[in-house]
Amino acid sequence: MSPRSHPSHRLGSRPDATPGPRDPDVASLVRLARSASAGRVSRRSLLAGVGGLGLASLLAACGTGGGTTPAGDGESSGQLTPAEDRSAEDGTLRWSNWTLYLDYDDAAGVYPTLERFQGESGLEVTYTEDIDSNDGFFGKYQNQLSRGQDIGADLITLTDWMAARLIRLGQVQELDAGNIPNLANLLPNYGEVEWDPGRAHSATWQGGFTGLAWNKTEVPRGLRTLDDLWDPALQGRVVVLDEMLDTMGLLMMADGVDITGDWGDTEFDNALEVLQKHIASGQIRQVKGNAYKEDLISGDALAVIGWSGDITQLNVENGDRWEFALPEAGGTMWADNLMVPMGSSHKANAEQLIDFYYDPAVAAEVAAYVNFVCPVEGAREEMEKIDPQLAQDPMIFPTDEYLANAQIIRALTPEEETRYNESFQRAIGN
Amino acid sequence: MTSRVAGRSGKQAGFERAAAPAGGTAQSRNRAGYGLVGPGLVYLLVFFVLPVFTLLATSLYVKPPGAEVGQFVPALEFGNYAVVLGGYWPELLRSFGFALLATVLCLVIGYPMAYLIAVRLRGRALVQGLLLVLLIAPFFTSFVLRTQAWKQILADEGFLVQALKTLHLMPQGASLTATSVAVVAGLTYNFLPFMVLPIYANLQALDHRLLEAGRDLYGSDLAVFRTVTLPISVPGVLAGTLLTFIPASGDFVNAAILGNNRNTTMIGQVIDSKFMRVLDYPGAAALSFILMVAILVLVTLYVRRFGTRDLV
Repeated sequence: MSPRSHPSHRLGSRPDATPGPRDPDVASLVRLARSASAGRVSRRSLLAGVGGLGLASLLAACGTGGGTTPAGDGESSGQLTPAEDRSAEDGTLRWSNWTLYLDYDDAAGVYPTLERFQGESGLEVTYTEDIDSNDGFFGKYQNQLSRGQDIGADLITLTDWMAARLIRLGQVQELDAGNIPNLANLLPNYGEVEWDPGRAHSATWQGGFTGLAWNKTEVPRGLRTLDDLWDPALQGRVVVLDEMLDTMGLLMMADGVDITGDWGDTEFDNALEVLQKHIASGQIRQVKGNAYKEDLISGDALAVIGWSGDITQLNVENGDRWEFALPEAGGTMWADNLMVPMGSSHKANAEQLIDFYYDPAVAAEVAAYVNFVCPVEGAREEMEKIDPQLAQDPMIFPTDEYLANAQIIRALTPEEETRYNESFQRAIGN
Repeated sequence: MTSRVAGRSGKQAGFERAAAPAGGTAQSRNRAGYGLVGPGLVYLLVFFVLPVFTLLATSLYVKPPGAEVGQFVPALEFGNYAVVLGGYWPELLRSFGFALLATVLCLVIGYPMAYLIAVRLRGRALVQGLLLVLLIAPFFTSFVLRTQAWKQILADEGFLVQALKTLHLMPQGASLTATSVAVVAGLTYNFLPFMVLPIYANLQALDHRLLEAGRDLYGSDLAVFRTVTLPISVPGVLAGTLLTFIPASGDFVNAAILGNNRNTTMIGQVIDSKFMRVLDYPGAAALSFILMVAILVLVTLYVRRFGTRDLV
């Protein structure tokens, strides 16, 4: 079976749940109880723990509880410290990722590369596809993250801007480059990001492009610029992404703004005005996230601002009906990044896994399945052996020409992030 | 005459007999009652009363200067309420408008359904059961999936829109999804069982002899319905309308999936985006609190006006 066939079948399967409680508070209590039975903790501190748990769950039940204020140690002592690394005695690793983001063998029901890693390293990896949005992830774990507590994952996979936020907040551990020799294979254009100098805290997992996509039969001439989206013939059949940086990045680039440079409120507001105008006129049918794919399938949307890998997958699943291209004025490039949260006590194990996936042969195997941009140097040559056609796909191995037309939007300050998110949500009716 | 007196005294004796074996004093019975209510009260305390206080506290927090995204400090900033009310009153009004429309539609569609199942088909258990199953069956599918299904049904290239366009009942360029019509239709569909079931439960207990008596007194079918059936079913209607209106006004799934970004945004979507996207917790909390109070006031007025005690 070709590695690209039937991606939809992979959806349902996922590995077994984590052994032991997933809730961090409960898990820490269980650890406490275990060490208590080993005689290391007094009965009193155990009882205090139980009381604390009760209080913690009460607060958790109260919704935002401690989440709205930085937790005590987060504010007063300023810095979080990494949990003690117990990798040497504890050969486990818990990895949280997005769905369809790791090669999966339907027939055998396993992740082939991950199986191989476990065999070679002797580590036991719990792989969970539980991240479905950056905001959702942050909302769910920010209490624990801000206190440097274990969130039930040793390796997390988040998009640039969210990775930048966690690094800025000091909530992820510094990686030891000495443990990840293969990290030298990271493509140069991913190597230097302003939010993580020298890639001290993060390693790119997969990347992608934000650009234009259209229905080839209904829009035979295709789309070349953002202005083509505002063609009266497409009235009410245009959908754009509700990821603020993606849509606004493209709109600003269409205005000739250098999104990597020092653009500010004026440029943002100008682009937002364009968005508002086309929402008000009904040219833009809806502004939404992943669900834009369903609109392409149903035909409600004929032209969209979308993500590169999605269009490849849609074409595989539904017949070759859509095309993706970067606008002439440029598209944006983003990536998801592997990071180790402060509360994880398996950093060395995580580094071992990162090193494994930065092996070009392994990276090519993953890329042949997920169809997003592979950030590993040398993977293209390896792909020639797996599927020569994929080795030529600019969405997986972008050519210099393709890369020249894609930019990474600059990191936002916390004030900008809040203000722009708010204006953007307001503009899209929320 | 004598038989009536005898009957009454017999009834009284029955009551005494029933009360006697229960035994004990009123006090001990009370204690047992509190014991039974206890778990419910604790549950409410933990999952309702405490969260409401946290919500209230959070709604008054402020952002310190130079704060991180989503970082706030405790304060008593009542201005938060003015800000969100000023910014989002149209969405708030629209939510109640949509919810009201959906409730009325549910009542218009749901009452005859409940009447049919509970009164007209009385005694035909098989048909009754079948219709009830049909009514509840959609609940076996997830709420979000059902709403997604509506999106497919109403899609531009879907059967319905194409048929309407062929029949010239709909202008060529128009759509059904991404409109307020679709949002209200989705709300109506999703909350219909909440309207039908209480009315059904109420009409199920309707004493047929009352209807016969009404006809015996030369009441027309309509008059019997208006003067007997309808007033008796008011508690069911009241419960049904509340069960529909309250969740519908806070709903955000229907508007998010079936609406657009122009004129269908409901307050639930705003709260969701403030909480999950902008990380403006005080704003989200203030809006939630306003929504809660507004619903409470509306419901109180409604129950005062149409409360069962005044009508039955």
